[in-house]
Amino acid sequence: MSTHVSHLDALEAESVFIIREVAAEFERPVLLYSGGKDSIVMLHLAEKAFWPAKVPFPVMHVDTGHNFPEVIEYRDRRVSEIGVRLVVASVQESIDAGRVTEEKGPKASRNRLQTVTLLDNIERHRFDAVFGGGRRDEEKARAKERVYSFRDEFGQWDPKNQRPELWQLYNGRHRKGEHIRVFPLSNWTEMDVWMYIARERIEVPSIYYAHPRSVFKRDGMWLAVTPFVTVLAGESVEERVVRFRTVGDASCTGAVESPAATIEAIIEEVSASRLTERGATRADDRISEAGMEDRKKEGYF
Amino acid sequence: MELLRFATAGSVDDGKSTLIGRMLLDAKQIFEDQLEAVERTSRDRGFDYVNLALLTDGLRAEREQGITIDVAYRYFTTPKRKFIIADTPGHVQYTRNMVTGASTADLALILIDARKGMLEQSRRHSVIASLLRVGHLVVCINKMDLVDYDQDTYDRIKADFVDFAAKLEFADLTFIPISALNGDNVTDRSAKMPWYSGPTLLWHLENVYVGSDRNLIDARFPVQYVVRPMSNDHHDYRGYAGTVAGGIFRPGDEVQVLPAGFTTTVVGIDFAGRQMSEAYPPQSVTVRLAHDIDISRGDMICRPNNTPTASQDLEAMICWFDERPMSPKTTYAIKHTSRSARCQVKELRYRLDVNTLSRDESAKHLGMNEIGRVTIRTTVPLFFDEYRRNRTTGSFILIDEASNNTVGAGMILGG
Repeated sequence: MSTHVSHLDALEAESVFIIREVAAEFERPVLLYSGGKDSIVMLHLAEKAFWPAKVPFPVMHVDTGHNFPEVIEYRDRRVSEIGVRLVVASVQESIDAGRVTEEKGPKASRNRLQTVTLLDNIERHRFDAVFGGGRRDEEKARAKERVYSFRDEFGQWDPKNQRPELWQLYNGRHRKGEHIRVFPLSNWTEMDVWMYIARERIEVPSIYYAHPRSVFKRDGMWLAVTPFVTVLAGESVEERVVRFRTVGDASCTGAVESPAATIEAIIEEVSASRLTERGATRADDRISEAGMEDRKKEGYF
Repeated sequence: MELLRFATAGSVDDGKSTLIGRMLLDAKQIFEDQLEAVERTSRDRGFDYVNLALLTDGLRAEREQGITIDVAYRYFTTPKRKFIIADTPGHVQYTRNMVTGASTADLALILIDARKGMLEQSRRHSVIASLLRVGHLVVCINKMDLVDYDQDTYDRIKADFVDFAAKLEFADLTFIPISALNGDNVTDRSAKMPWYSGPTLLWHLENVYVGSDRNLIDARFPVQYVVRPMSNDHHDYRGYAGTVAGGIFRPGDEVQVLPAGFTTTVVGIDFAGRQMSEAYPPQSVTVRLAHDIDISRGDMICRPNNTPTASQDLEAMICWFDERPMSPKTTYAIKHTSRSARCQVKELRYRLDVNTLSRDESAKHLGMNEIGRVTIRTTVPLFFDEYRRNRTTGSFILIDEASNNTVGAGMILGG
C-alpha cells in the first residue's frame, strides 16, 4: 500500500477543499469564468468537488465585448454541458449606462474598465464570495495575496492590512456589502495548470493551440487582426502560425509564434519558455512596475 | 513529483532574499522579463551588481522602503520536487508572519550570518518553528565567503545552535555552510569548503523525507459539506465531503460519528465518479455511510476505538495578532476544522518569551505578536487532538466578532 501523493493530487485536493469551504460558508458565491485556462481548471475542480451533485453556484463572465469567437463558443457549450447558470457582466452595458468612459485612441483598451463592471455586478447580484483564477506565480503583487482575500464595500484590496491566513482555516467573515475574493489556484503555477489539463484531458479553446492567423506587431507583441483594433500606419499585417498563452480581451492579448499543436507540445514549450506568460502576452501588465498592484487595489480580478 | 512546502526566516541583512533569488535563478525559474526588470531597477538605484533580492520585492511600499511587509509565496520546480516557499519577513510583524508561514510548512530554513553568529532572532525563529511543529529545520550559515570559508567559525555557530536547540523539538536538524551571493553549496558543491562533506541545500530540499510527518494512524474526517444531488440519476445519494485530516479510511470500516456518537460502516469513498479503495491525508473525498443518519458540517467521522477528545474546554498555546490585546474573559469566534463556535478565553497561564523561553506567569494580557498559554471554553464541544499529534485537528483560529479580523492562532495542548 502506498500513500504517496503527487504534487498535482496535493494541489487538486487543496483547491477542492477551498471550493467546498466556500460553498458551505457563503450564501451567494460566484465563479469568474472567462473561457481562459485557469478559469477552465477552476470550473473542472468545482465539478469534481460536488460530484454527483451539480456545481452549486453560477459562473460569471466579465465580457469586454472584445472576444475571440472560439472562446465564446467554448464558454457557452461548456456551461450548457455542465448545467450551471451563466451571468454575463457586460462592459458595453457599463459604457452605455455612463458608468465608465471608453479610452480614446487606437491603443484604447477596455481592460481597466472591467473593474467597474465586475464590482457593479457583484453588487447587483449580491455575490458574497467571488472565485478568481489568479495564481501567486503570475505577478509579484499576487505573490502576497491570501486565498481568501477580503474586499471592503468599495471592492478594494488593502495589501498592507490582510488577515493572517494559517493552516487551512480560512476566515470568510464579512459585513453586508463587503465580499471575499477566493483564489483556489493560489499555489498552482502555469506549468501545473497545463500538466493538470493534460492529465485530466480537459478541453480548452482552440486558440490555445497553434493555428495560422493574421497578426501585426505592436510594442513587441503579436496582436490579432480583429474588428476591435485599428492597424496603424507602419504596422504590417502578416500571416503567422501562432497560439495564445493567455486568453483575455482580444485588443490587448498578444499571441506567441509557436508550432505547438498538442498539449504535450505546449507543456514542452512552457517549460522552455524564458518569458512569463504575462510579460509575453499582456500589454496591460506592462503599464508600470506596479500596474497589477494598482488595478488590484481598485478591485480588479 | 512530490510537493515540499518550506518557510524561510531571516532578518534584513542576512541574505534571505538573495538566497531565494539564487535558488529561483539556479532552478531556472526566473524569466527574462523578470530578470530584465531587476537589472533595470538595480541600475536605477545605483547598484553596481544585479541585486537578486529585488526579485522577491512585491508591493510598492516594500520597494520604496526596501523592506518586506508580508508573507510572500514563491514557487520553483526541479525534476524531483515542486517547492512552495513561504517567504517570511524578519522584522515587521515577524511573529505573525513566521507563524503564518510555518503553519503549512514541512520544513523551516533559518539563515545565520557567519560573521554575527546566533542572534536573538535566530533563537526566536527556531522557537516558533518548533512551536508550530515544523519537523525539519535547516540552518544555513551564510556569508561564508566573508569569513574566508573558515571551518572553525562554522563549527562554533553549529555548536551554539545545537546547545540551544536541545530545548526544542525537531525531528531533524541540518546545518549547511553557504554563500548565497556566490552560490556556494546552494545548488552546486563549493570547492572552497572541502572540509564540508554534507549535502548542498538544494540536494537536501529535494531528498529530505517528509512522508512520515502526516498522521496515518488516527482516522479523522471532519465533515465539510453534505452532497445531496436529489437528481433523477442519483436520487438517494447522500455523501459527506471533506478532506481526510488523519489516518486511512477504507470501505467496510466501522466508524463513529461525533457528536451524535452512533457507529456505522463506510460503504463507499467517492471522488468525482471514481470509487476509491482508501483515502488518506491530504485527499479530498466524499464518504458514504451505511445508515441514513443526520450528519452535518462540523461533525467528525472517526473510528470507535480511536476518537479525538470531545470537549468544551481546552488548553492551548496561542499567538496574538491584533492591536487590541487579548484579555481573559473576552468572547471570540473560534474556527476549528469545519466547526465554528464562540469561545471565551478563561485564563492566561503565562506569556512565553520567545527569545529566552522564560514564562511570565504574572502576565495579564497578550499583546500583538506575543505568545502565551491559555485555557479556553467553547459554546459547543470541539473534536480535537493535541497539535503535536495532528496539525489539522489540533489547530484553531480566533476571530474578533466586531471587526471580523483573525486575531489569534491556537495550538492545542490538551483538553
